[in-house]
Amino acid sequence: MTEAQGEADAGIGSNPILSGVWHRALPGMFEGRQVLYFASAVIITYIFWLVLSGHYTPLLLVIGAVSSLLVVALGSRMAVVDREGHPIDLVLRAVWYWPWLLWEIVKAGIDVSRIILSPSLPISPTLINVRASQKSAVGLVTYANSITLTPGTVSVEVEDDEITVHAITYAGAQDLAKGGMDRVVSRFEGAAK
Amino acid sequence: MAQFIDILSWAFLLAGGAFCVIGTIGLLRMPDMFTRLHGASVVDTLGMGFIILGLILQAGFTLIAAKLIIIAALILLTTPVATHALAQAALHAGIRPKLDHDETGGHIAGEDASSNS
Repeated sequence: MTEAQGEADAGIGSNPILSGVWHRALPGMFEGRQVLYFASAVIITYIFWLVLSGHYTPLLLVIGAVSSLLVVALGSRMAVVDREGHPIDLVLRAVWYWPWLLWEIVKAGIDVSRIILSPSLPISPTLINVRASQKSAVGLVTYANSITLTPGTVSVEVEDDEITVHAITYAGAQDLAKGGMDRVVSRFEGAAK
Repeated sequence: MAQFIDILSWAFLLAGGAFCVIGTIGLLRMPDMFTRLHGASVVDTLGMGFIILGLILQAGFTLIAAKLIIIAALILLTTPVATHALAQAALHAGIRPKLDHDETGGHIAGEDASSNS
């Protein structure tokens, strides 16, 4: 019997990769803050189920609860139910961040629409490096994606403290380089490390 | 009141449709790949946003409205990732943007100084 066949015969239980994940994830799974992340992930997943389902019979409510538990348990085994995968503390601050970002998007979107519709197509494409003062990966991703989401600017490359941005106008690039959005995202990120 | 909401809803739906058309015109008029992305981003922010807003007003205070909000959130969270991936892939494939101003001084974030020749 070849080695590959032996592994296949032994099944998932002794699969080196899966059992490795199992043993690594289990010890920390129910300790300290991990419990809170686990619980809040289950609750949010269950609320998500309830919103999508719309049928509130006992059977379906139980099935929903079991599925949310199962999904988060699987996520825990994959070690993704932590602050990076489930930044629950940002939800409160998202309450003011999203409206601010949406308003920025509306303003920028109208500017870009005006450029598109004007017969002379007054664009001045600019590539620029802007400073990113965020400390955590979540903060950096938030900043880079907020730049991309705002019409007229796209983040092309991201480094630890710098983002290369393609802007459709020179003025838009200069505006971003002033760092207004950078400061707001850093405030949104808060004390998170 | 119902009629007022209906009119408002239609105004949002028309605005969303208009922004989709404007974004598509931008996609066609822009000179290179990177500038075209900016045209497309008008579609998936303002176009999508106003259409979903109009549909929420049509749905009223129901589960459907909640689902529409989830759809909007999904689009807002995923499109920047896709757009960024597209722009980064283009740059890595050697497509250089047509620029009026290059303020990077040849340094692109994430690239070694040696590879910027």
